[in-house]
Amino acid sequence: MRIPDRVLPALAAAAIIAIACAACGSSSTGTNTAATSAAAGFPVTVHAANGAVHIKSRPDAIISLAPTATEMLYAIGAGAQVKAVDDDSDYPTQAPRTKLSGYDPNAEAIAAYKPDLVVISNNIDNIEQELKELSIPVLDLPAAVTLSNVYTEMDQLGAATGHAAQAKREDASIRSEISAIVAAAPTHAKPLTYYYELSTNPYYSVTSSTFVGSLLALLGMKSIADSITGPAAADGYPSMSAEFILKSNPDYIILADTGADGGQDAATVSARPGWSVLSAVKDKHIIVLNADIASRWGPRIVDLLRDVETAITAGAR
Amino acid sequence: MTGLMRRHTTGPDSEQVRPAAYVHRRADSAAEARAAMTPASTVRPAPDTLVRSRPALAFKPIRPGRAVAIASAALVVSVIAGVAIGPAGLSVPTVAEAIMTRLPWHPSFPVSAIDTAIVWQLRMPRVVLGVLVGSMLAGGGAAYQGIFRNPLADPYLLGIAAGAGLGATVVVVSGGSQALLPPAAFGGAAVAVALTYGLGLTAGRSGRQGAIGGGTGSILLAGIAIAALLTAFQTYLQQEHAQTLQAVYSWILGGLSGATWSDVWLILPYVAVSAVVLVTHRRLLDVLRVGEAEATGHGLDVARVRLTVVIAATLGVAAAVAVSGLIGFVGIIVPHTVRMTAGPSYRIVLPVSMIGGAAFLVLADIAARTVQAPAEVPIGVITALVGAPFFLFVLRFRRAEQDLA
Repeated sequence: MRIPDRVLPALAAAAIIAIACAACGSSSTGTNTAATSAAAGFPVTVHAANGAVHIKSRPDAIISLAPTATEMLYAIGAGAQVKAVDDDSDYPTQAPRTKLSGYDPNAEAIAAYKPDLVVISNNIDNIEQELKELSIPVLDLPAAVTLSNVYTEMDQLGAATGHAAQAKREDASIRSEISAIVAAAPTHAKPLTYYYELSTNPYYSVTSSTFVGSLLALLGMKSIADSITGPAAADGYPSMSAEFILKSNPDYIILADTGADGGQDAATVSARPGWSVLSAVKDKHIIVLNADIASRWGPRIVDLLRDVETAITAGAR
Repeated sequence: MTGLMRRHTTGPDSEQVRPAAYVHRRADSAAEARAAMTPASTVRPAPDTLVRSRPALAFKPIRPGRAVAIASAALVVSVIAGVAIGPAGLSVPTVAEAIMTRLPWHPSFPVSAIDTAIVWQLRMPRVVLGVLVGSMLAGGGAAYQGIFRNPLADPYLLGIAAGAGLGATVVVVSGGSQALLPPAAFGGAAVAVALTYGLGLTAGRSGRQGAIGGGTGSILLAGIAIAALLTAFQTYLQQEHAQTLQAVYSWILGGLSGATWSDVWLILPYVAVSAVVLVTHRRLLDVLRVGEAEATGHGLDVARVRLTVVIAATLGVAAAVAVSGLIGFVGIIVPHTVRMTAGPSYRIVLPVSMIGGAAFLVLADIAARTVQAPAEVPIGVITALVGAPFFLFVLRFRRAEQDLA
């Protein structure tokens, strides 16, 4: 049977819609409406941290080797195009988690999934070059240093996956939520001081110049680590002795070393030798963050900021 | 963890795999020991020692009493400095007041609760733990050097470092509580030494005596093999659990920064027993210095003395490692410094090394917490910065001596 030429475009359109709907069905974000127009944006060149990345057609076998990138992909509606994520990408739960590792990446194991886009946040073991030699485009989204980095990375992911408009909308939504949280935070004559804990033994912390520090600064908070200068400041991630923390006597203790790996909570902090005299311990000003959210720079930074704002608002009463 | 993990994605360095230099048995040790033996010795020098002369020591040996006095004075000074100096920048009167606040019948002082906590809960346990750990590492090093008649023997020689490291790693990767770390490290160290000693003795008996240096030679070789094996297990576990690298790495670097009074009470019994056994065996170690055959000829049960001293040193060192991680070079630097200044007799080397080791570690810890204050430099970095050049010096010194032989 011969199909008339003018029917072909209609059939093609029907096929595309069918595929797109299949994608909608499997996408749990369920807000994917851009799929039909997605093919239009390709080929595309995305200018990312690792230079110009050329993507020939809309990727539908994306591998994310970074938990933050995974969260961003789902937030901008590209979840249905994700084929595999690394072993640490535990959010959202429907992300296809595999044994692939972002810390110890193996090009062969990654290539076995036949990806058409790999997103990394760390060019460990020169994985980017290895994948490029296999003609697999790689998008590097390194750890954000400022909020604008977050929006930029979302936009880059949007352009690379055919969800540019949704990425913009997600940016705007994060912006407005952050503004609302900041507006709700109590005002203090002097900034509230905090000790932010990344790990014990040694006590690693952050200064206000780090990404997390800049978020907390929006709430009028200042890190006790800010007084550390020179090499000891360690690019914003200094370690410090318990003696220094005690002497600084911060208004709040914020724990990011919680959960299965860190295991810290208000009780363990209070039980540390000498720490019971701290005013933050006596006033129960210990904020227990979700360690995963605190170590990522994706859409859930809003949750982190809200947790801290809720705590300091309660503390101000 | 991202920012943090990046800086720690390198695994522990290869420090735990002991360099092959450890097995180089000193050909001249027996001769040297004979030369330094007391005049009452009835051992006749072997012909080969007659043609060889000892190079002059850098210092004229100081008298035993004076050596003990100097080391003790250094210990007192370092302990006082250790309590008085720290990143919080408390003034000396404040520290004194904070100390007296906890004593009975004290006058009332306007010292804050925070300053008192800094002195009593942070600095004091740290200094006391430094004393215990330093004395064990130096004493253990001296004892191993005597037992194995090898100047480069250190307290981690028989697989203690690798065993403790594996024990600690198992706890960290399995998500066990911090409180389990010391017993796990202690257990790992003890098991590693038991394996090394058992396998080494068996190999030593079955092999030809001369082939690999007899009993001690095969024990040292077994130690290297066990260390390599356990380190491989540890590295494998760490790679499987990359998110725990930082915790394991911190532990391996070692330090006294997390010292608590409970750590002190935890290791005190082991340290006390170990110290008493080592010090009471100091004369027997001197007899061993003339060589196994001669010592046996003197009626010494060499195997029993060796086993007793190894068990005592292992208990003490494993306890130290359990609470402070791996702190390198203390067990090398201190005993050799004592030998070069006060002579090679273990009657002096053992007790003075213990006192001097305690002083050295407390001083190194002051540097660790002040050099980059308020950050802490791992104490192993400080001891290695001082120790590595010294280690090379010892190597050169020994080489020159051998060339003369």
